[in-house]
Amino acid sequence: MEKSLDLINARIRDGTARIVTAEEMPGIVDELGEEGALAEVDVVTTGTFGAMCSTGAFFNFGHADPPIRMERVWLNDVEAYAGIAAVDAYLGATEEAESKDHLYGGAHVLEELVAGGTVELRATSRGTDCYPRRSITTELLLDDMNQAVMVNPRNAFQRYNAASNATDRTLNTYMGTLLPRCGNVSYSGAGTLSPLANDPGFRVIGSGVPIFLAGGEGMIVGEGTQHSAGGGFGNLMVAGDMKQMRQEFLRAAVMNGYGVTMYVGVGIPIPVLDTGIVRSTAVRDEDILTDIIDFGTPRRDRPSLATVSYADLRSGSVEIGGETVRTSSLSSYRQARAVAQELKAWIEAGKMELALPTRRIDPAKRSKPMRETAVTPRVRDIMNRQVISITEDEEIRVAAKRLLRDETNHLPVLDGNGTLVGIITTYDVSKAVVTDGRLRQVKDIMTRKVIKTTADEPVDIAARKLEQNNISALPVVDATNRVVGILSAIDLGKLFGGRRRR
Amino acid sequence: MKLLLAFSRRGQHDPGREPVIARVVTETGVLVNVEKANIDSMAGEMLIDIPDKDADLVRQRLEEMGVTVRVMENAVVRDEEECVDCGACISICPQEVFSFDEEWRLRVKSERCVLCGKCIQACPHGALSQQG
Repeated sequence: MEKSLDLINARIRDGTARIVTAEEMPGIVDELGEEGALAEVDVVTTGTFGAMCSTGAFFNFGHADPPIRMERVWLNDVEAYAGIAAVDAYLGATEEAESKDHLYGGAHVLEELVAGGTVELRATSRGTDCYPRRSITTELLLDDMNQAVMVNPRNAFQRYNAASNATDRTLNTYMGTLLPRCGNVSYSGAGTLSPLANDPGFRVIGSGVPIFLAGGEGMIVGEGTQHSAGGGFGNLMVAGDMKQMRQEFLRAAVMNGYGVTMYVGVGIPIPVLDTGIVRSTAVRDEDILTDIIDFGTPRRDRPSLATVSYADLRSGSVEIGGETVRTSSLSSYRQARAVAQELKAWIEAGKMELALPTRRIDPAKRSKPMRETAVTPRVRDIMNRQVISITEDEEIRVAAKRLLRDETNHLPVLDGNGTLVGIITTYDVSKAVVTDGRLRQVKDIMTRKVIKTTADEPVDIAARKLEQNNISALPVVDATNRVVGILSAIDLGKLFGGRRRR
Repeated sequence: MKLLLAFSRRGQHDPGREPVIARVVTETGVLVNVEKANIDSMAGEMLIDIPDKDADLVRQRLEEMGVTVRVMENAVVRDEEECVDCGACISICPQEVFSFDEEWRLRVKSERCVLCGKCIQACPHGALSQQG
């Protein structure tokens, strides 16, 4: 059996359509079977509510008298992009205010407008014959604008990697606060309620489909930027009229140490046309897998610590390497439910009819990494290969002589096999001298927890290690922990001396 | 019940220079759990947990010794207008103050809080603050 979209819309119009949320669907399929569920259910509503940095809106402010061709525009001191005609601008959620007494950004301005608040518009121009005015300041409400169209380039990801942190220090990331030594796991996404998890083949989710966007009626523009459905990370570009939106579903947020972002509620109605759609909307948290990624690796490709399901993540704790680690959600499941429920109520009330995509989204597409034409400088390009080292059983006096002779401040300490076991500095030796000679050997005074680097690590990352640990040199080790070089703060200066390879 | 104690250490005989906690314990027999202490050269602050029934006695004795005592009823306060029930605070908290109820609403057991402040910084919505 199949059902046509016309039949579903006719049922919506006469009030006989059966609408359920994606949370209810698995149980219905269990009870009635796939054919039974297809006969019973007409529409499945989905919902998600989480941090979506890629959010913003186009505004048209109307013309002033005398008129101005706005070249730079600020809304409550947050700069908007004004390179689009005379009185238009696009305000992005993550743009931050210029006066930085507290973190305030585009997301706060968008929330303020939706809440009915006043926003100060400030604009400047060089003045032209047709637009003579050079500056303007005025206060605006959302209703004062001709258009306020939210266009979010990348929303409602199919799933998100979960995050943990294997390093020794707390990390502040877009995935929230990550405690050291895998002290917690942070995740995002609504699992079973997540829109794209209910149609991973993009059969009925595509361009032109009506959606719930932040409390108002919106639509899918098409694939989102960085859409990568082939790898399980599809996403959508969506648009909607801000004048219909509600603050409840559009909330500014600040990720500590990272910056401003915006929580957005997105819900997509899925017409139940055939058993294929019954099957995809019967997805449960258990079926949706994601990786826990180590954000301690400051690179694009970060290692996975474990693969888990959304059921595991939502249980409150997961296992990483035999240890139980507590989980936190960044997105709100309660609000995701509220989105799916409200969308269900809209369709039940005949307020929204469904449409099929006017253009399909590619379910196999994968996004590419950036093509980098300039060579990223690596530690090997600037490290010092003449390493002066010492063994752990030597006397401190020997270390002192070596530091003096070679005019260096750092001695990597090696064991009998030549592998790195510690480091001593001129400071450690001085400290040993003032302790009445109780400490005799290098191993008595060396730092055993060595902050180190590798030859192929980008210099930017090594420099961040020096800065964060307030140290001035890093031993460079190979895969077997043998010292192949040393990188000092002085070597970093070479980058600015014209020796950088092109 | 949690009491937040503040004491000076300026003078040689200020309470911060005396073994006030040990004295209270031996005199009253009440078992005091020190949950957090932050003591520098001039002043100190300490969060202690004691059985509710002994609170008046302990408080009175500490005040007699010159310690400023504040009862912490809701150490961490949640602003329901700002909170979206995301749960970012849950795994950050060393005391398991936060959890979800059956409706995925955030539940706050503020009596467990030791005022470490981690959740206040971690909350994306600025919904958590310390009792003023």
